Amino acid sequence: MVPLRDLFTIFLQIGAFTLGGGYAMLAMVERSIVTKKGYIGKEEFWDMIAVVQTLPGVFAINTALYVGYKLRGKRGALCASVGAALPSFIAILLIAAFFAEVKDNELVERIFRGIRPCVVALILVPAVNLIRNNCKGWKMLPIPLISAALIGFFKVSPILIIVVVAVSALLYGIYFSKKMEGR
Amino acid sequence: MVLLKLFYVFFKIGMLGFGGGYAMLSLIQFEVVDHYAWATLGEFSDMLAISQMTPGPVSINTATYVGYAVAGLPGAVVATIALCLPSFLMMYFVVRFLMKNKENRYVRYVLSGLRPVLGGLILAAAMLLMNRENFCDFGWPDRNLSVLIFVASFVALYCFKVNPMWLIVASGVVGALIM
Repeated sequence: MVPLRDLFTIFLQIGAFTLGGGYAMLAMVERSIVTKKGYIGKEEFWDMIAVVQTLPGVFAINTALYVGYKLRGKRGALCASVGAALPSFIAILLIAAFFAEVKDNELVERIFRGIRPCVVALILVPAVNLIRNNCKGWKMLPIPLISAALIGFFKVSPILIIVVVAVSALLYGIYFSKKMEGR
Repeated sequence: MVLLKLFYVFFKIGMLGFGGGYAMLSLIQFEVVDHYAWATLGEFSDMLAISQMTPGPVSINTATYVGYAVAGLPGAVVATIALCLPSFLMMYFVVRFLMKNKENRYVRYVLSGLRPVLGGLILAAAMLLMNRENFCDFGWPDRNLSVLIFVASFVALYCFKVNPMWLIVASGVVGALIM
């Protein structure tokens, strides 16, 4: 069993390094929870991320809540989500109270010019890994590529895509199993 | 009274904010600037700029900042908790339901359909970020340091599984030194 304190510190670290929104944290959560420690199976982790995405609320907090709850129940959910939120809370308070002019600082701007392209890579890597793992053989490859194009170029809402795919997968599954039973 | 209003506004945003951080920002802007006039548009853009360069989820940062600006430390606490509370309630029921019914065949149908799509959704998030703002010195055939950082980070993480936290620190240092 994962000690609650570990759960808290893992998400505290991840929260402190999540720059540019929740997606950038996926690579870090996968690394520390799935790959390095093996607390959750890879397939189960990404299945839940698909579900978490459809829910309203802060994506990063939802992810922390899920991992925490899965590993240590209610108290785990609380530890993980407070850990994920605490660094931003403290950082914002300090900046708001003392260094509001930091956004015009030239050095800070240069640091962020370097970090921003890195964050894009941090989001792209899990995307490529997921597509490779879930689309064995070339037949499935159009599914993620078409959904990405619909969202990226035609501004279709990701929620809509998830709902449509979930409903059609359900209907397809029911139809297919009925056909098998009929034989 | 103002604390109650803050709680109401950010609880509502936490409940309606589908699609993660950036979709929430327009909701926050409407409530904070247009509806309650807690900040002018200029002040709000400044808060956004700082929220984006502070670690942590952008929507939480913005909520903390707005709460602090409106009602000091208690405001910051109330706004942050209110934003996260709907997630707590919703996730509790959804995750419990799914963990109990993992073997249920209808749940299995839905998850197996979603699996190939998820990679596409995250790919789209990465595509939407490939813009001027994130690749500020993009040009051809001039120096393209941002593209170089992007490719190097990708290779380091994809092929060599380098810790993402080190990649962020390293690209920040590169940016500070030569960008």
